[in-house]
Amino acid sequence: MTEQPAPQSRSRRPRARRRFSVVSLLGELLITAGVLVLLFLGWQLWLNDIIFGASQEQAADELSELWEGELPTPEDAAVQPGTGDPVVMGAPAANEAFANLIVPRLGVDFKRPVAEGVANAVLNNASLGTGHYPSTAMPGGIGNFALSAHRTAYGGSFHNIHQLVVGDAIFVETKDGWYKYIFRSLEYVRANGVGVILPVPQQPGVEPTQRLITLTTCNPFLSSAERIIAYGVYDSWYPRDGGAPAEIAGLASAAGVR
Amino acid sequence: MYGALWRALPGPAWLRVIILIVLAAAALTVLVLWVFPLIDSLTTPQDVIVEE
Repeated sequence: MTEQPAPQSRSRRPRARRRFSVVSLLGELLITAGVLVLLFLGWQLWLNDIIFGASQEQAADELSELWEGELPTPEDAAVQPGTGDPVVMGAPAANEAFANLIVPRLGVDFKRPVAEGVANAVLNNASLGTGHYPSTAMPGGIGNFALSAHRTAYGGSFHNIHQLVVGDAIFVETKDGWYKYIFRSLEYVRANGVGVILPVPQQPGVEPTQRLITLTTCNPFLSSAERIIAYGVYDSWYPRDGGAPAEIAGLASAAGVR
Repeated sequence: MYGALWRALPGPAWLRVIILIVLAAAALTVLVLWVFPLIDSLTTPQDVIVEE
């Protein structure tokens, strides 16, 4: 008691006597692996969509500004649909962003760029994300304007496609103006169901008379077993110099307005 | 493993905590930018288009 050797030995013992333990190392590695798996799932199901979605919407806003810059925005609030047949643009170059897809039902701020082609260079791109099947109709054209985008991950543009309600508006913005389509129906097909992007869906060889839009993505979530298809029919068009339709005026104009 | 890391770090406890936070942030950045996209492309089905 009076010698008090304790402080010295107490401070030395834990360091000197600590031995390498395989079990504790294994335990720490397993805990680390578990944390990494959880982080990956959080990234895949949530964080990555936010990152990609934000950058795709920013890219869409930049496209709008580019197109807006070519013409002055009218002050007149009473925007009228254009008369006659809509202007239909020519086919763009591969991977070129030529339109914005605006679907309020898919998200309050839902506005994503559309580029030519459905390769990964478009679909997995942080500033593109939505692809146009080459050789299908262009926006407003007679036939089928067919698009594809991810359901989950890479921005997950079409995540809520199953929540579309008959009558929902689907807008396509190009340098020429805005094309309004009305959602009609959903269809579920297998991965080889190419009939859905025909000029008249599921009717090979039939000459088209209607102007349609078709959105394709995978179904169910995180699987590519099936495809979910959303069809819309053309309703009206709004020339660029007449201004954006009132329903999407806030989204369609430059990014700063929001 | 983590005990050894803690002892290998220099300085007082608060400095070690800061260093560990910086290290964790760096690891997370590498994971999100490169490792997770690679794993995702290898494991998760990515086909969303219809084709023959």
